[in-house]
Amino acid sequence: MSRALKRTMSRAHPLWLAYILHRLSGLGLVLFLPLHFWVLSLALDQAAQLDGFLALADLALFKFAEFGLVFLLALHMFGGLRLMALEWLPWSSRQKTLAAAAVAGSFLVSVSFLVQAI
Amino acid sequence: MSQPVVPSRTRADGEKLSVTLERGGPDGASYRQTFDVPAYDKQTVLDVVSWIQQNADPSVSYRFACRVGMCGSCAMMVNGVPRWTCRTHVSKVAKGGAMELAPLRNLPVIKDLVTDMDAFFDKWGAAEARHHPSQTRDDPIAAIDPDSPERQIADAAIECINCAVCYAACDTVAGDPDYLGPAALQRAWTLYNDAKEADPEAVLDAVTAKGGCHSCHSIGSCTAYCPNALDPVSAIAGLKRASAKRFFGARKR
Repeated sequence: MSRALKRTMSRAHPLWLAYILHRLSGLGLVLFLPLHFWVLSLALDQAAQLDGFLALADLALFKFAEFGLVFLLALHMFGGLRLMALEWLPWSSRQKTLAAAAVAGSFLVSVSFLVQAI
Repeated sequence: MSQPVVPSRTRADGEKLSVTLERGGPDGASYRQTFDVPAYDKQTVLDVVSWIQQNADPSVSYRFACRVGMCGSCAMMVNGVPRWTCRTHVSKVAKGGAMELAPLRNLPVIKDLVTDMDAFFDKWGAAEARHHPSQTRDDPIAAIDPDSPERQIADAAIECINCAVCYAACDTVAGDPDYLGPAALQRAWTLYNDAKEADPEAVLDAVTAKGGCHSCHSIGSCTAYCPNALDPVSAIAGLKRASAKRFFGARKR
């Protein structure tokens, strides 16, 4: 690891990591969107080429990439919500703890329903 | 009855710390120099630098004054992290008996561990972070309720010692030389909420100009590394909210 990267990582803290994940997921989505619009544009006048692409979309690797895409979207959305809460809600640290506990509690309940459904 | 003398610093048996300093000035390339420093049970990072300067190499330049965390002059990068060195114990930061010290990030180096803090302080002025008096010395002292919500917000940041740790920690400052930085903006937020401040709108004008609060990416390194446990990122968020409210017509007073 280069010295500069090592020094940067030595300054890493949870909020910094949240910032980096938000940025990197955003960049990933920026790379995805032109490709996405290009595929959509095929539907207009190049049906054969679109069918070829859709066949490709059945590959397992492609499904895995779709999981990655949804993951990036979720990461970026929660990153944005976090940022809006951070900047627009002047909460005290006690209020932040309560909010985090509420999110954790609702996550626990929803996962228990999900597990039952599976 | 005389009290037994308890040595405040017990020396470990010949144990040494390996301390690497980043040295050099603006005219030459920086270089790294490693010193073996006697290890003590209770030893601050500033003690280590002082030992080097007094016993190994008198040409080492560094800056300090009070040694009790009040003056804000001894901040340096310790293993890549900005810290007040007079109140940072070596035992908390040394890794495998080694430590790397460098001048504060985001500021020009004068020599060795001494940085030119002009840019840092000039930005306090640019953020209009100076009190605009609402009364003269002939007026009676204004009564301020210390428990009022506004005063509580203003009080939150008054313990800032101008050490520039937040400025060195900030990645936005690193990428944007015009950015005013966490300390100046936090000071502006304090003034903005001070009932004795005559012109809070002038403060808001200054901090919403180019390089002001809207340049902040809310990374939060300022809050993570402030040695006085202050919260500049929340103060800057306060300025952003005040700016947004003013956009929709709200005025402070």
